[in-house]
Amino acid sequence: MSYKIPMGPYHPALEEPYKLDMICEGETVIDANLHIGFNFRGIEHLAETRNYIQVIALMERVCGICSNIHTLTLCQAMEQLTGLNPPPRAQYIRVVVAELERLHSHVLWAGIAAKLMGFKTMFMTCFELREKVMDVLQAISGNRVNYSMNRIGGVNRDIDDPLAVLAMVEQLEREMVRTVIPIFTTSTTATSRCAGIGVLTREKAISCGVVGPTARASGLPQDLRRAAPYAAYAEMEFDVPVQQSGDVKARLLVRALEIIESCRILRQALTKMPPGELSTGDEKIVFTTGTATSRVEAPRGEVMYSVSWREGSRNPSRVHVRTPTFTNMPAVRWMVRGARLADTPLIQASIDPCYSCTDR
Amino acid sequence: MNLWNRLMCYCRRRSPWLFHMNSGSCNGCDIELVASLTPRYDAEQLGVRLEGSPRHADILCITGPVTHNSVEAIKTVYGQVCGPKAVVAIGSCPATTNVFIDSRTLDGPLNRHIPVDVFVPGCPPRPDAIIQGVAKAAEILAERGNQLPVESVMVPIGESACACADATQHAVSEVQP
Repeated sequence: MSYKIPMGPYHPALEEPYKLDMICEGETVIDANLHIGFNFRGIEHLAETRNYIQVIALMERVCGICSNIHTLTLCQAMEQLTGLNPPPRAQYIRVVVAELERLHSHVLWAGIAAKLMGFKTMFMTCFELREKVMDVLQAISGNRVNYSMNRIGGVNRDIDDPLAVLAMVEQLEREMVRTVIPIFTTSTTATSRCAGIGVLTREKAISCGVVGPTARASGLPQDLRRAAPYAAYAEMEFDVPVQQSGDVKARLLVRALEIIESCRILRQALTKMPPGELSTGDEKIVFTTGTATSRVEAPRGEVMYSVSWREGSRNPSRVHVRTPTFTNMPAVRWMVRGARLADTPLIQASIDPCYSCTDR
Repeated sequence: MNLWNRLMCYCRRRSPWLFHMNSGSCNGCDIELVASLTPRYDAEQLGVRLEGSPRHADILCITGPVTHNSVEAIKTVYGQVCGPKAVVAIGSCPATTNVFIDSRTLDGPLNRHIPVDVFVPGCPPRPDAIIQGVAKAAEILAERGNQLPVESVMVPIGESACACADATQHAVSEVQP
């Protein structure tokens, strides 16, 4: 006989409000239903009432973890409509901030995953390490969460001393390689909780259309930084880590390897940073009628913005956002089928869900 | 104030347990709240612990601009926290609804629904500010705990829970300007 276990919307294992109804038979999960919408703030509608300066500040607050990615994507879409091209230095600064954000997001996810495994020491270690990433971000932008780095046609702040930032990044990389990555990849506490659970096969991954680390852990080598380079990613050398097994351990490994790749990209971007202007500096910004689409690789996967504008208007006529969690979410249903009930919090966390992005 | 009350007052101030609730926040404040409990900022030195159940908590930390979907949950959770209790609104969103002002899916700010004792402004506030807010709430909690036994003595046993809630409301209206 099957029974239903509701989890959430306000539950200690969940960082954000959403509801997971699990249909169980004994200890085994047969199926799961997801209910979202507790975070619905109507941001897409609000964006239509804000002008082109205000809309950047609004979109930064779609998500507090990947705030820079949202403004980056929006600014890229608005740059297509205005015909402005950010100068090379701005492109490099965008790469630096985006990669630092990926670092802090992945370390944060590692901390949350460790907490869900019951590995609280690791949770504290990850958060302590994350504070060092936040120090670098604060040194660059002055803020810990909403960096407000992007503007139409460039960035707002310069990195005055890239080599000082590079020294901080290298120290960070040493600590990542020394503590976090070995513990997650070799410790039996971590691997025994992760190996073989929440499997998403390659075929299922394709049919669900998953993106980002979830797709790369199921053997799909997709990464927009490689496939459709934006900002200065075309000039960077990096690998796209791919794992074939599709379980939680694979997702853990992909993110751990991405941390190293992010440090590699940061080192290149900070050493090769060209001198020059920070933005096009156009005081008056003129939009043309049309719709522009921009895609970037956020820490969780592909973010897509579609921005429509009418000529002469100060406000966008439509801003549409598609976030990675929106496409990764349905895959959780296939991952939890047949899993033990106690593993479900870890399995649903393994896609690194962000419901404030999804609900908006 | 007798010795027992003084002791209880001291204990409440030294171990406030938190319940964190997200009422449609962007995760910024939530992550900063978690960061304030971790080694760098170490709120646990104040005896602060994040609890899984509102029934174990003394201080309710609410983030987010209060969406329509979360109003009922906020009221339920506020009712579930045993008195004496204090409410900390973390971030600019629960205080003013921040950049989301005019949104039709919001029902904020927070103090339209439940009494708020401490507002920690900022988008998001820094962990130090959050810890200061919680410490402030712990002081309020200690004072408020002191007022309770006097009133709850006078009511029959069956109604004591309601009386506690009423007394808390009363204390809140005194604290708020």
